[in-house]
Amino acid sequence: MLKYLMPLVLFAVMAVFLALGLNLNPRDIPSPLIDQPAPDFALPVLGQPERTLNKTALMGDVWLLNVWASWCGSCRIEHPIFNQLAKKKLVTIVGLNYKDEAPAAKQWLAQLGNPYNISVMDQEGRTGIDYGVYGVPETFVIDKKGIIRYKHTGPVEYSDMQNILIPLIKQLKAEAS
Amino acid sequence: MKILRVFILLIFSSVCYGAVEYKKFDTPQQEEVYKVLIEEIRCLVCQNQTIADSNADLAKDLRRQVYEMLQQGKTKQQIADFMTQRYGDFVLYNPPFKAKTGLLWIGPIAFLLIGLIMLVLFTRKKKALDKCDVSETDMKESAEKKAKVRALLTKGDQL
Repeated sequence: MLKYLMPLVLFAVMAVFLALGLNLNPRDIPSPLIDQPAPDFALPVLGQPERTLNKTALMGDVWLLNVWASWCGSCRIEHPIFNQLAKKKLVTIVGLNYKDEAPAAKQWLAQLGNPYNISVMDQEGRTGIDYGVYGVPETFVIDKKGIIRYKHTGPVEYSDMQNILIPLIKQLKAEAS
Repeated sequence: MKILRVFILLIFSSVCYGAVEYKKFDTPQQEEVYKVLIEEIRCLVCQNQTIADSNADLAKDLRRQVYEMLQQGKTKQQIADFMTQRYGDFVLYNPPFKAKTGLLWIGPIAFLLIGLIMLVLFTRKKKALDKCDVSETDMKESAEKKAKVRALLTKGDQL
């Protein structure tokens, strides 16, 4: 009996592993930065290059860091979602304009709407490296103490905003600073 | 034979089309460390390439990062740590051995051992079966049966 059951059992085990493998997203690399302090930066503000923004200016409140670029196709897909989120006025949204040119970036925002409270320019991609950015768009949720609490790689979809981002932002807003 | 040789050579050949960049180093040792490092760091955009192989923008940036850190006098370990702090162990082609990567390191050895144990068990079982087939009682029985059959056949012929 066991002799005949063995192949079936082996097949079932293999099928389970293969099914799991199919459903894993190889682009979803767990970030070691979760629950770590968000790396500091000092970057020129898009539209006001003489002004620099750094992380300390954002401490004390929950904020999102959305990595975007005018050359990035998937950013176009998630952009309406961020416009919706911005309308709710729930959270400060900081744009990290990654390896982009200021005129192209400005035109992009003028065309598609600007959900960002402020955008900073990371033309050389150095802040991107500090945040472990490897695929634009990426979104980080940072709490009042400046700790990265969540990272989303790839375009944020409507369901991600409703089911993950908004509940998390509300939870973090309730935490003491 | 010639074709076989060509195949073998092809198998062991490696395609090299890495970006050629001009980088100036203070010492040949530094250049050596640079070459080793960029072969050990994964390009996260094109995941099966090292940053030495890849022409992706991120790979270029990471090569620049490695170069600059070497110029600052950072050691190989410090640079590897810098990368893993930001991108995780996945960024290294040779991830460190720890609880999270244990399966990765031990897995192949474990599978090999399981395979060997199974092989030994199966061959032993087979040997045992072979031995049974040629036991003395079997021989006697089969000889008796053969005689019986022959007797029946000759009887039939006579009829």
